[in-house]
This record gives sequence, C-alpha cells and structure tokens, in this order.
Amino acid sequence: MAQGAFAESGADLELVGITKRFPGFTAIEDLHLTIPAGSFFALLGPSGCGKTTTLRLVAGLEEPTSGRILIGGKDVTATKSFQRPVNTVFQSYALFPHMTILENVAFGLKRRKIADATAKAHEALRLVELDHVASRKPQQLSGGQQQRVALARAVVNRPALLLLDEPLGALDLKLRRQMQIELKDIQSDVGLTFLHVTHDQEEAMTMADTVAVMNKGRIEQMGAPQELYELPRTAFVANFLGQSNLFTGTVRSSSGASIIVDVAGRAIEVPRERAQRHAGEVTIGVRPEKLMLHTVEPTVPSGTNVNGPGRVVDVSFSGVSTSYQVAVPGLGTMVVFAQNMVFGPVVNTGAEVWMTWTVDHGFGLADDPADGSRFPADADTQSIATERRDELAAELEEA
Amino acid sequence: MNPVSRFIGRYALWIYSILAFVFLLIPIVYTIVFSFNDSRRSNIVWRGFTLDNWTRVCDAQGVCESFLNSIVVGLTATLLATALGTMIAIALVRFRFRFRSGVTLLLFLPMATPEVVLGAGLAAEFLAAGVQKGALTVILAHTMFCISFVVVTVRARVAGLDPALEEAGRDLYASPAQVFMRITFPLLLPGIIAAALLSFALSFDDFIITNFNSGAFVTFPKFLYTAAARGIPAEANVIASAVFFIAIIFVVVSQLTSAARRKRLAREG
Amino acid sequence: MAFGAFSSTATAGPPPVDAAPRKRSYIALLLLLPGVLYLGLFFLAPLLSLIITSFQAPVDFGDIGQYQTAFKWENYTTVVGMYGEHIIRSFFYALLATIFALLFSYPLAYFIGVKLRRFPLVQALGLTLVIAPFFISFLLRTLAWKQILSDEGVVVSALKAVALLGPDAHITGEPVAVVFGLTYNFIPFMTLPIYTSLQSLDLRYVEAGGDLYASPARTFFSVTLPLSAPGVISGALLTFIPAAGDYVNASSSFLGGRDTQMIGNVIETNFLVLQNYPAAAALSIILMAAILIIVGVYVRRSGTDELL
Repeated sequence: MAQGAFAESGADLELVGITKRFPGFTAIEDLHLTIPAGSFFALLGPSGCGKTTTLRLVAGLEEPTSGRILIGGKDVTATKSFQRPVNTVFQSYALFPHMTILENVAFGLKRRKIADATAKAHEALRLVELDHVASRKPQQLSGGQQQRVALARAVVNRPALLLLDEPLGALDLKLRRQMQIELKDIQSDVGLTFLHVTHDQEEAMTMADTVAVMNKGRIEQMGAPQELYELPRTAFVANFLGQSNLFTGTVRSSSGASIIVDVAGRAIEVPRERAQRHAGEVTIGVRPEKLMLHTVEPTVPSGTNVNGPGRVVDVSFSGVSTSYQVAVPGLGTMVVFAQNMVFGPVVNTGAEVWMTWTVDHGFGLADDPADGSRFPADADTQSIATERRDELAAELEEA
Repeated sequence: MNPVSRFIGRYALWIYSILAFVFLLIPIVYTIVFSFNDSRRSNIVWRGFTLDNWTRVCDAQGVCESFLNSIVVGLTATLLATALGTMIAIALVRFRFRFRSGVTLLLFLPMATPEVVLGAGLAAEFLAAGVQKGALTVILAHTMFCISFVVVTVRARVAGLDPALEEAGRDLYASPAQVFMRITFPLLLPGIIAAALLSFALSFDDFIITNFNSGAFVTFPKFLYTAAARGIPAEANVIASAVFFIAIIFVVVSQLTSAARRKRLAREG
Repeated sequence: MAFGAFSSTATAGPPPVDAAPRKRSYIALLLLLPGVLYLGLFFLAPLLSLIITSFQAPVDFGDIGQYQTAFKWENYTTVVGMYGEHIIRSFFYALLATIFALLFSYPLAYFIGVKLRRFPLVQALGLTLVIAPFFISFLLRTLAWKQILSDEGVVVSALKAVALLGPDAHITGEPVAVVFGLTYNFIPFMTLPIYTSLQSLDLRYVEAGGDLYASPARTFFSVTLPLSAPGVISGALLTFIPAAGDYVNASSSFLGGRDTQMIGNVIETNFLVLQNYPAAAALSIILMAAILIIVGVYVRRSGTDELL
C-alpha cells in the first residue's frame, strides 16, 4: 500500500484455492471466493466453520498453507498485514487501552504518515457521532460506543477492503439493529468493500448484498440472501438459514416442468428447475411459513401440494407468529409458521389438520440421502478430525 | 448462644487479625525505636532518645559504605535480571518451541533451591574457575536468582495482554518494531516495573548467597551479620528504618494513585 | 503456583484472555537464549560444580583448602555420620515452622481475602502490613526478636514472674527460639499464596454449603479448605524449602545456640571456615536431593505448566 495514498474506492477480493491447516486439523480446504468491489459481503456459518480463519487470512494475520489471495487484482499472499490495504474491526474491538480515543483512531493514519492525521481522525469520529469523547480512554466508553470507535478507526484509513469479525455480537438487540443500519449506510456512502463475518443469519441477510454460507471449511452456497433462503441447495443451508421441513423420497416420475416424489405414500410435486436431483432418492423441502393449515381435508387445485392428515402436537406463540408442530404418520413432525392475523392460535393441540403449499415454493436438495453424514448439524472442523481418527482406529482394529 | 460468645464469634476473626498484625510489626517497631537509641557501642539496652544517629548516620564505620554497595549491586542486578527475564517471559507466552517444559523447570528450580546450595554452588564454581570473589561475583549471583522472579511477574502480565491488540496494530499498518514499541511495551511496562522492584528488593535483602560469594566485598546485610556478634550500631537501624519508610510510602502512594485513577475513570464513563 | 501469588499482588493486569495459537518462530529462540544461557552458566554449572566437589579428595601433603578431583564416595557417608543429627534437626525445625506458620497465617489470609473483600483499599492495606516485615532487613528482624526474647528482656522476665519459665531457663539459644524465628520470618511466604487462593474463592460455594444444611465448621472443612488447598500447598512449599536451608535463625549470633545448629550452619562453617569444600558440597547435595524429591512429588501431581 503506497504510503499516503487512500484507495479511490473499494477493491475486489479473490481467494484462489486457499487451504489452511493447523496442527491437528484442517480449517479451510480448497476455498475459492470472489467478492466484487463495492459490495457488502457476508460470510455466514456456525462457530468452527472456518469463517474467522478466512477473515484472518485476508487480513494477513495468518498465512495460508497453500493458495493465493488477490486484492484489486494484486497478489498479496506474501505481503504482511501492515502492508495490505485492508483494515479489520475486531470482535473484541481491540481498542488500545493506553491511548485516548483520538490517538486510537489516528493510529493507522500516523503509521502511514498521512498529512492532517488528527483532523481526519476527528472527521471519522464525527461520522460515528463520538467526537465529544475524543480525549477519553476506551475503558470509559460503553460497549456500543467502543464498537463505533473501532469502526471509525478502521474506516478512517479508507481501506480497499474492510473486514468485520462479528462486530455486533456483544451489543443488545436494539443497538445491534441500529448499528446494522449505520454500517450499511457507511458502506454505501463511502463505497468500500465490506467483508462481514457472522453466525447470525438474520444479520447477514439484512445487511449483505451477497451471502456465502460456510461449513467445515468449505462454502456450501453463495448468492443473494433471498436466493439462498428460498432456494437452498444443501440440507445444511436449508437448516442453518431459518428452518425447513425436509422429506426424503424416491422420484416416481418426472416431466419437463416438474418431478413427482413419493414421500411415505404421498405424491409431492417439485418444480424441475428448483430441484437439484431429478432421479432416485432425493430430499425435498418447503419453508414453514409457506404452509397453510386446514382443519378439513381441502380440495387440491393443480399447482398445490397437500400433506396430512396430521395431529397438532405443539403450539408456540412468539408475538408476530405462532409455530405449530404437526405429527404426520410416516413423515415425522412438520413445522408450520402462521402469522398471527387474529388473536389466539388457529388450531389447538390435538386437532387434526392438513397442510398445503404452492408447488413453486418447494425445493429439492443436492444432497444424496444415502450419505447420512451430511445431516448432522454438527459443523465443527475439529470434530471432523476426531471422527476420521475414530474411523481409522476402527478400521485398524478390524484389520 | 449467649450474647458474649456471639460477640466473640462474630468478631473473633477481626480481633485475631488485629493482634496478628501487631505481632508482625513488633520487630519493625523495635528496630525503628532503637534507631533513636543513644547507644554507645552496642544497641541492646535503651539509654535515651537521640536524633544523632539519624543526623550523623555515616559516622559509624562501614554502615554507609555497605549500604551504597548494596544499592549499586541491586541496581545492576535488577537491570540485567529484568532484561533477561522479560525476554524469557514474552517467549514463554507468545511462542511455541520445543523444550518448553525444560525451560519452565530451569526457571523454577532456582526458586526452589535452598539459598545455601545456590551460594555454595556458585562459590565452588568461582573457586574452580579461579575468579576472584567480590562485587562482580555478587552481581552475577544476584542476577541469577532474580531472573526467575522477573519471569513469573512479567509472564502474568504478558498472559493478560489481549493478542488482538497487537493484531490490531499490525492491521493498522504498524511494522513489527512499531507494534512492540507503541503497543506491547507500554502495556507491559507496569508488569516490568513491578518485576524490577521485586528484583531490587530481593537483591538488597539477600544475605546467604551474598555471604558465600562476596569475599571482602561488604553489602548491607553482610555488614549486619558480621556486626551482630559484637553489636550492631544504631546507625544501621537508621538505614533500615529509612528504607522501610521509603518502601511503605511508595507502596501506599501507588495504591492510592491507582485507586484514584480507577475512581476517576469510573466517574467520567 | 504460589509464585504467582507475588505477581498477582504486585501487578493488576486485565484478566487472562483466551490464548491465540502460539507462533512458531525463531524470535522465540533469540529471546530465550540469553536468559537460558545465563541460568545454565550460573545455576546449572554451579550445581555440577557442587557434585564434582563433593567427590573430591584432599591433595596429598597439600594445604587446607586444596583438593583434587576424585571419586571419594566416602565423603557422603562421613558427612551423614557427622551431621546426620543436623540434617534431621533441620527438617524437623522446618516442618514445625511450616505448621505454625500455616496455623497463624490461614486465619489472617482468610480475614484479608474474604472478610475484607468489600473494602479494597483496606484489603490493600492489610496486604501491605503482611509484606511490611520484608522491608526491614531479615537480619534486623531476627535480631530484634533475639533482643526481645533475651534473658534481660520483657518477655522472659514476665514469664519467669508467672513461673511459666524456671529461674535458670532461657528462650534464646533454645530450639523454641529458632523455630519461632523461622516461623516469623516465613509468615508472609505462607500468607500470600493462601490469600491468593481465598481471594478468588467464590463465596457462593460457601453459601451453597449452608443451604445444604452444613454448619459453618463443616462448610469450612468440606468446602473452603479444599478449595484453598492449592494456596496452602504452595505456601507450605515456599516456607519449608527455604526454612530447611536457613542458618541465620539458628546461628548463635541470632536465635540459636550450640545445640540448635542446622544443616545450613554446618555447610557455611565447612565452606567458609574449615574450607572443607567436599564436605560442604556433599551436604548441599544431600539437602538439594531431599528438596528435589519433595518438589518432584508436587510436579508429578500438578505438571510443569503450573510451576510458574
């Protein structure tokens, strides 16, 4: 990064074949990722999936075992953290306790010998409305204020790429909502490229233009939030982003427009273009909020799937909506979210109900149902290593 | 339970503790009081109050010389031990290396070895190497046993240092040298100072190891030991009392300032 | 270990953070090398010197203090024969001092670490008072006791008046004075580690004990004492080890007499006065070995990570 120069605008980020191994386990395996300049990108996943490691690799705080990292087209894999045009907002804020707020914010500018560092620092503090505490120490500020200072400290350097490591985790709900909006505004105002790492799927979907869901060191699916939500490709994505009702069945027949899947005796139709697998054993699903509850067996027009009868086993009120758990013989338990248009639940526990949904709302996963190991929600890379070790040990015993 | 035994039960610990504190302070008070004693040769019987000992403290043979010697040895040993120990502490906390257990054990053993053994061993080594015993050997000895204490003190401070702070420094364009000078070192400084103070105190008060390795060189504790047989002059009590007061004032002042600082930070927040 | 007691009272850093994975680097070796070499030269080498010296034999027709390298195992047997009594006496005194120091220090540490928690400033004052004896030279403290406990002093006169002491009895020069001196001098070493343990004792455990029908005494023995055990053990080691090798207290210039000589006195005499280096070295090795056995047991149970 040339000393004294700001980036004109955000740069794009490219990760090519990145692998990162630690002693004992592999955090990231052959990762490919492209983030276009000026976009707000979210890396979403459970803890241990490798997203923080990815962030640290981009920041230069770790070195990849193999692969290349390109920022704005330039290969920065070999450069050190302090040479990259990248800044990070840390999860713990990492404000220097022995310096004032102003000195904190001006730190990066001074290292790069930018002129008028102090004036620019004040400007950045005004952006986050904290100029009045410039001479205080970080310990004297509240969590929300510290978070904004951390943001100002990073943004003031106009980096080509801004990395955010779960920065809103320690804030309470209201403050978090507020910061989400502020972050989004700053990003679009200043035109930087943001890479936001989080395990909060709601946060990712609210703020980001593009979301990548990571699991066990790999990206499971990437795309616009709505696309990911309405058309998940794997069981992990279907279960990690919101909730899904998933069924396994055999494809009975397929036509040009749709496939018919035999699920415990019932015929469920799924649009062909929304299904990843078209033959053999498949897993299909539908979101709980897309289901309608009926207390009498409904006549089914074309373009609608029906499931039932089932018995309501649980009714759970949560303000905006109520979630109903329906036990369907042969299928297990289905979940239905219904917006509370009236006071009180629509049906009570024990009632006999049928569920319908528009065929177009269903989706088919790319997972092979025979491969049972994909279903457990456990996504920790370290437990994978333990699993493999146990498998090997068992193999050796048998031999 | 009758009121008396309930009273005793509630306040037993208080009463005991106050008595315990008084007990602990008895020799201190005794030493300070006798520094004002109008003694002639031996400072054993109280003869009368006088300030002469305080005003003419260096009149007594050997008192001031040995005191100065102790100061010089203390400062030098502290400097060396603090430098060496701080480096080890940083390495222990921040880096991976083989022989970690071995290094830890090596650092621990001097603290666990009786001073007699340390003193005799060093003396034997100096003897075998043909090194003349004197100020140099004393400084070398003191540095040796202070290193472990410095490592313990600084290590606690390094371990409590959030690594994210240094990462933030690197993220904000500071080179490794700048990260150390502007972030790591200022944050470690309180621990390093505490280690230096501990090291100085240990060196100043050391007798056993010094006795084995000093030859004709006299430090303050050694002076006291040899003088104990015939009678320690009151001036020695003066020096000891002065050191005591300085140390106590120092500790009290630092406690009060850090309490005041904490209060100020909390109030402004 | 206990040595952390000194650091936790001396520094008030932020609480330990989850450690980032340590870097493997050659900087580590650069940082370690000077200190480790120094300790190797001035700690390990002397120990080696001692071992070699302990096997030396006198030079034929040489002066006092001249020895040659040999394999005279008899040095050890001679020394144990001559000073076996002193060795046992040292450990016995050290043990007594440790026990008395524990009995004295535990309530005090409890008072400062638990009862004074609500008043941090008073707590700091309490700790300062415990460490205060350190600020007066160790020799002067011991000498002060010698004079206070001397035959002409207040204590002896009072005890004689109440007939607790016979008319010809002394305190100084007797074992009781030596043990007393040892106990007094090592009280801070015992108090600080126990204080550290108790300071971080979560009082809710004690409350839980009471909630589960335990009397205060039972709660103390079943909850508080076991939870403060690490501090007690550290304090005990920090007291016993130096006490066993001490020779100031037992010296006749201070609190000791002819029959209270400890192993430290003997080593000093042999080394500095008699110039019988092999004997002094052999005794030192014996003392060191005994200490190492005790420390070894501790390390085996707690591992090396906790040491520093």
